[in-house]
Amino acid sequence: MVLVFIDQSEGQIKKASFEAASYASKIAAQLGTTAEAVLLGVTSENLSNLGNYGVKKVHTIANETLTNFDAQLYTKAIAQVVEATNADVIVFSNNTTGKAVAPRLSARLKAGLVTGAIALPDTSNGFTVKKTVFSAKAFANININTPKKIISLNPNSFNISSTTDTAEVVPFNTSVDASKIAVSAINKVTGEVSLSEAEIVVSGGRGLKGPENWGLVTELATLLGAATACSRPVADIHWRPHHEHVGQTGLAIAPNLYIAIGISGAIQHLAGVNRSKIIVVINKDPEAPFFKAADYGIVGDAFEVMPKIIEAVKKIKATA
Amino acid sequence: MKILVCISKTPDTTAKIAFADNNTKFAAEGVQWIINPYDEWYALVRAIELKEANPEVVLHLINVGNADNEPIIRKALALGGDEAIRINSEIADSFNVASQIAAVAKEGNYDLVFTGKETIDYNGSSIGGMIAELLDLPFISHAVKFDLEGSNATVTREIDGGEEVDKAILPLVVSCQKGMAEQRIPNMKGIMGARTKPLKVMEPISADVLTSIASFDLPPVKAGVKLVSADNPEELVRLLHDEAKAF
Repeated sequence: MVLVFIDQSEGQIKKASFEAASYASKIAAQLGTTAEAVLLGVTSENLSNLGNYGVKKVHTIANETLTNFDAQLYTKAIAQVVEATNADVIVFSNNTTGKAVAPRLSARLKAGLVTGAIALPDTSNGFTVKKTVFSAKAFANININTPKKIISLNPNSFNISSTTDTAEVVPFNTSVDASKIAVSAINKVTGEVSLSEAEIVVSGGRGLKGPENWGLVTELATLLGAATACSRPVADIHWRPHHEHVGQTGLAIAPNLYIAIGISGAIQHLAGVNRSKIIVVINKDPEAPFFKAADYGIVGDAFEVMPKIIEAVKKIKATA
Repeated sequence: MKILVCISKTPDTTAKIAFADNNTKFAAEGVQWIINPYDEWYALVRAIELKEANPEVVLHLINVGNADNEPIIRKALALGGDEAIRINSEIADSFNVASQIAAVAKEGNYDLVFTGKETIDYNGSSIGGMIAELLDLPFISHAVKFDLEGSNATVTREIDGGEEVDKAILPLVVSCQKGMAEQRIPNMKGIMGARTKPLKVMEPISADVLTSIASFDLPPVKAGVKLVSADNPEELVRLLHDEAKAF
């Protein structure tokens, strides 16, 4: 059986979990077995809808303590479900929760772990999972050599597939220890699209000359339903908040469309964005290294080009 | 108060990524090696700041690897720390490395174990969580801020779409990223001092290896950029909409 961990935050299921559920169901089909899900904490969501993504059963531990995240308690709880259901493959999303829990579970169960998977495992000869390495400059194919296997799937690397099927929701009875971590505040950036899950990202660099010009980025982003991002120098000089920094030492993202405005494309920046499916570069320097990694580009002044792009997108959106 | 900082050796961020032996090994020839930036800039520097604020802090560094790693361990000691431990072992997989570190951490009764959030070569984000599980300790990952008052830690960590502030009591394992501290350059006094700091070499314990690398691939080469004239940005929007179907 393939067990997928469904991640909630403040009671809401994250989009990355639907990708993970679709991925787990495809692995189950490949192995001739079924997929089930586990969700921890209290949520108001209709969990039978997780059947839409191919899982047959949802095991829930609706314990208030688990509504807040604690990697230690989550690991213990998931390990119990793994044991009770005899799951062979456990799937996480490789988001902040998955990155904290999957390694713990791996150590607890002595189950081989591949983090950052980008494709279904190759089960023709053993169990081999492709993942990104060297900050997405290469891929590694990793053999998992243990009976139990854990995979965490990179967000935005597997398409969600859905049907109208529903899943059976079954409470899993267990006791939960007190958490050793007290959450004293959760500060979410509201009203904006989450950068790690965004399908479109509009990003600005030093070429925009100052924070007062960011309207060009945010206006296009709002029109496209996109998240906004920035290069490292821009975050370092505080034109934009640090959580928008994408690159080697910032966030690594993989949207369908990445639009870079006034970013030269240093190798450290590319490391964070080169998993994007389509890269668009707007830069007045024709020698900017970013053009080598781009799919589409304009060599031109962002201050002249961007208003025209924004108008053209508005026109298309108006007729859509 | 004892702090253990895990240090990994990685290729420089600008290193050419290529593979040898039928794509089964990283082509290490001519590559510049550095301390993994997350380990150095954030985990190590924050630990050094904690020691500067409280001289009673004992700060040890640990690395798993062969003798070739000693230059980067000395470089880390030049930034700060009292002594370093090298586990004399080739890297097998993340679980094996975490088992080596956990054994030392347990034996040494450390109050705090810091790792970087991931290494820039294998991008595993695994070592910290595994160490925490092997030690049965709480784990806070992706920390952007860490403050200590006695044995009470206040940690801000990144979550999807924001930040969360956690309070926990030591002992604790924390993985660190940008925000924890600012990068430092070792000064001459630090570099000279590092030469005489103890660098203990320990033999590895016997521990399981759960995974192995079958092969590496390089991403397919891009077809090349399609350039649109700056006089006609509308054409770019049309291409993105009609050809690429990107929005």
